[in-house]
Amino acid sequence: MTPYVPGDSPVHRCPPGRKILLLVGAGSVLFAWPRLDLALAALGLAGLLYGMAGIPARLVLDQLRPLAWILAVLVLVQVALDGWLAGLLVAARLAALVLLAGLVTLTTRSADLIEALQRGLAWLRFVGVNPAKVGLAIALTLRFIPVLAAIAAEVREAQRARGLERSLVALTVPVVVRMLKMSDDIAAAIDARSYDPDGTDGRPPSPRTRLSKDPHVDP
Amino acid sequence: MIEIRQVGHAFGERTVLRDLTLDLSERRIAVVGANGSGKSTFARLLNGLLVPNSGTVRVDGLDTRRDGKAVRRKVGFVFQNPDNQIVLPVVAEDLAFGLKNLGLPKDEIGRRVDEALDRYDLRPLRDHPAHLLSGGQKQLLAIAGVLAMAPEAIVFDEPTTLLDLRNKRRIAQAIDALPQRAIVVSHDLAFLEHFDRVLVFEDGRVAIDDRPAVALPAYVAMMS
Amino acid sequence: MSTRDIVFVALFAALTAALGLFPPVTLPVVGVPITAQSMGVMLAGALAGAVRGGAALALFVVLVCAGLPLMAGGRGGLGIVMGPGGGFVLMWPVAAFVIGYLYERALGTLTVWKEVLILVLGGVVLTYAVGIPWIAAVARVDLAKAALGSAWFLPGDAVKVVLVVLIARAVRRAYPTLRAR
Repeated sequence: MTPYVPGDSPVHRCPPGRKILLLVGAGSVLFAWPRLDLALAALGLAGLLYGMAGIPARLVLDQLRPLAWILAVLVLVQVALDGWLAGLLVAARLAALVLLAGLVTLTTRSADLIEALQRGLAWLRFVGVNPAKVGLAIALTLRFIPVLAAIAAEVREAQRARGLERSLVALTVPVVVRMLKMSDDIAAAIDARSYDPDGTDGRPPSPRTRLSKDPHVDP
Repeated sequence: MIEIRQVGHAFGERTVLRDLTLDLSERRIAVVGANGSGKSTFARLLNGLLVPNSGTVRVDGLDTRRDGKAVRRKVGFVFQNPDNQIVLPVVAEDLAFGLKNLGLPKDEIGRRVDEALDRYDLRPLRDHPAHLLSGGQKQLLAIAGVLAMAPEAIVFDEPTTLLDLRNKRRIAQAIDALPQRAIVVSHDLAFLEHFDRVLVFEDGRVAIDDRPAVALPAYVAMMS
Repeated sequence: MSTRDIVFVALFAALTAALGLFPPVTLPVVGVPITAQSMGVMLAGALAGAVRGGAALALFVVLVCAGLPLMAGGRGGLGIVMGPGGGFVLMWPVAAFVIGYLYERALGTLTVWKEVLILVLGGVVLTYAVGIPWIAAVARVDLAKAALGSAWFLPGDAVKVVLVVLIARAVRRAYPTLRAR
């Protein structure tokens, strides 16, 4: 899913959690001290790290392309308002941050990223959120994005036959209704495989886990 | 042994099961009936996914109302649509899901995952995203995920309805080969011919309860 | 949260991601491309309610920050949040929560106009209130310019509000999901 570039560089081997923290740190520093020398240094550092990780130049440009027009507008506005130095600062800072963020994505497997995320969210326990449930929610999301995309494609085919493929309502309503009907079975399937993060031994699944709808109504 | 005593169930106004009393002890039990006859609801009673409005369901003496978790360890459940049953994005991860829930040690989980992969020729797909599997492979993965948990019985709710002919046959063979007790809800009558017992549901009741040789022709006659 | 609630949270997060896969529609006259993705925010609030809808979008934003390419156009990573549009994205969970809360409060007495009002309040007013100052800060422009730049997206938002009202009404008839608060 993520355009991961395999490798064994120090950038690849750095634990994902540390990479994210470093990235957040870099962002905070650049915004706290809006100085051109810092922004350029960050840009240089980004270039150095991309080289170290062995990322092809094409992928580096891919990271910047979505921002190209925003960068252009920003630089023009800044140059007009505060002179070209200010324009350069904004552009360099944004480019550096986007490149560094892209580097994290390119050098980390999404599975590792998610695992780090789950560990990183362990503190949620203290505000009453069970990290195991967060972990399941993350995994379920990744599992069902392609399923929903496939349902959407199927619905689009069906609506095309009726000449409705340009209508977002005609596309979205059946997708959402099918998704909601699926949710009953998915929840039942999870409980059927002994999922029990709260350790509520003995009791039947929580009341709302039971079928809210008649199972005879086929999804 | 599953004991069902005076079970009734309704969804709101609609009564779907009426005063059922049955003992299920055969190795292969088929459940047939028209859409809306109550058979899917019946299937969900057997491992406590659904607790009846009235009456009791006991599995080896455990009441599904009080001991739901223990019952679900004994009785596995395979759904009609494997897409709703595969909950984790990667094949091996999904196989391990139930095993982690059972609290098994890591090496035991690894051993059972490998065993399940080999049983259904899924080994090359171990690290594949589950959504890239074919329909038949998905249903095999769903079955493997339940089987790896080593339940004493498995309930199948129309496991072949969404599959093409070749995969229907493959899943039927997989179910035939199970060492466990199996309770299968199905419309695929040919597959049920060599079962030990057939329950024909009609309007929330068991209309016919007999050997396949007797029950299946009677069911066909009833439907036509 | 019950298993069913977790499934709801995950499905609405996945729906928001899947809506990003729909090809963007370019509005006539204005010429700004609009993506269906922010409809996910309003739908999560309107159909999953405050807690589950808010959690769904929080999950979505966390996954985007972690680098998964779930934003329209396959974008992802902390760059999204650190960029000029970051304020809008960070407000999505709050917007879904507020929309869900207001829907749950008004559930028995929902009229079309009430729904439009709720969605405009949560999905437009609230997100712009944070999104515009964010643009101003990140891009170092004054608020008026940031607001003017954002105004281009208002026609698209208006279209989305209407679509979500239509979708939410149709879905609620087929499959009611909310409980009154």
